[in-house]
Amino acid sequence: MTRTSPRFAPDTVRAWGLLFPALAWTAAFFVLPLVIMAVYSLWKRVGNRLITDVSLQNYENFFAKSFLFESLINSLEVTVLVTLISIILAYPFAYILAEKVPERWQRMALILAILPFWTSYLVRSYSWLLVLSEGGIISNFLLDAGITDEPVSFANDRSATVIGFVHFFVMLLTLTIYANLKQLPKNYRRAAADLGAGPIRTFVYVVFPLTLPGIMVGAFLTFVLCIGDYITPAILGGKRELLLPQTIMLQIERRSDFPTASALAMILMLVVSMVYLACARWLKLDRL
Amino acid sequence: MLRNLPSWLYAALIYGFIFLPVGVLVLFSFQDSRVPIPPFNGPSLRWYAEFLGDGRVTDALLNSIIVAFASSAVALVLGFLAAYALARHRVRFSSFWQGLLTAPLTVSYLIIAMGLLITFNALGIPKSLLTIGIGHVVINLPLCFAIVYSQMGAHQANMERAARDLGAGEWQVILLITVPMLWPALFAAFFLSVTFSWDEFIIAFLVSRFDVTLPVEIWSMLRTGLNPKTNAVGSFVFLFSVAIVFLLDLVLFRKKPA
Repeated sequence: MTRTSPRFAPDTVRAWGLLFPALAWTAAFFVLPLVIMAVYSLWKRVGNRLITDVSLQNYENFFAKSFLFESLINSLEVTVLVTLISIILAYPFAYILAEKVPERWQRMALILAILPFWTSYLVRSYSWLLVLSEGGIISNFLLDAGITDEPVSFANDRSATVIGFVHFFVMLLTLTIYANLKQLPKNYRRAAADLGAGPIRTFVYVVFPLTLPGIMVGAFLTFVLCIGDYITPAILGGKRELLLPQTIMLQIERRSDFPTASALAMILMLVVSMVYLACARWLKLDRL
Repeated sequence: MLRNLPSWLYAALIYGFIFLPVGVLVLFSFQDSRVPIPPFNGPSLRWYAEFLGDGRVTDALLNSIIVAFASSAVALVLGFLAAYALARHRVRFSSFWQGLLTAPLTVSYLIIAMGLLITFNALGIPKSLLTIGIGHVVINLPLCFAIVYSQMGAHQANMERAARDLGAGEWQVILLITVPMLWPALFAAFFLSVTFSWDEFIIAFLVSRFDVTLPVEIWSMLRTGLNPKTNAVGSFVFLFSVAIVFLLDLVLFRKKPA
């Protein structure tokens, strides 16, 4: 160990003493539950009894029982749609905040954009119900404008879930894309201009490719948070179709079928891991 | 200015979209009739009076505050000690431990909640505020660890080494040098954890029984459909969180010259 290193001399016992509480907590209340869940997913629930014979029955059921498999497909469809819409809405907004808003107002503009998200997550979804439901703001607006004759409802279906999600993730993506745009050196654009590129070519060939990390980090966070969320679809989505987290909660709450719920949770984690591996090369957070 | 008109229109549209639900929520919390939809009658404070007079809601509010502050304090202490150990000592497999400590960030709250529920059931631990707190430490510990760890630079390390050379023991160094130098990061980590815990629903829902936190109480209020009382509670939560954020902003950023 050299003198210039910021670390102290090795002092193993004390270091382990400092590290131990956090590791123990994580092991007991995060790793152990995951292991128990993995084991449960191989067991079965018959009637009120837990059968501890190891089998892949729950995973076979997932593919065999259409309502289980369909909830994953629904979740994937909603999540991909939400991610795409959010990127499309957030990119121009982040660009305007970073490039058009005067420097000294930018912090204020960002705080303003984040402000509504400090309300409770539950309440935010409920608020969309006020806007979208029958007799709500939009319905009322359409009646006043004479576009419809009767109150209309936009709540309780997939589009309401998507709107509720997009609302949150536009904010998230705006932040990651804004952060990325701010750290692009101005010289890159000057260089492109000097070499004869117009504003559009500069954007397409220089600015946009350099903001891909910001887009990907935001999109990954969106995907992960969206596919695992129970609240938004439970409040806004109605009962006609279920997303995977709703199916999991159904197994826990109504049926106390922890083995099936565990298997579904394992599948959800597998999907997220696969998406992570697919975009891992973009996800170097320190590049932001 | 005019050249930028499309930009301003677009920004106004997005701001409108972002603020629409919260605006409607707050407006109709002052509704004077029984449904929080147009036409607006009022303003009236009757629904605020109603929820402040509802023992279940105020109990849940108090529980939320207790759980948020207690679990954030535990998460911060554990996260800080781990960050200090990994940043200042040579530890074997240190990147593995870092990965392990931050791993809960990548797992959905629903899965964490379910794992805890099954584990508590299997071990026969009764569901209570304590179990909610345990769950909230699980989600906030990685956050506190990551924030503190990222702020432990070489600058503080030199000060710490100077203190050691002058004869301070490790705990003296931690309490008198490291903590005071890191306090903006510690403060930020703590209050971020408080707001996360304050807002967390699914863990609190699954591992609680009789004593519940505010989001769980709001969840049961939602089952009664649209109700201005829910608007009033929601607006209150909103103001509470905004107050915390402004406090944070005031303490952390206003002191430095812009």
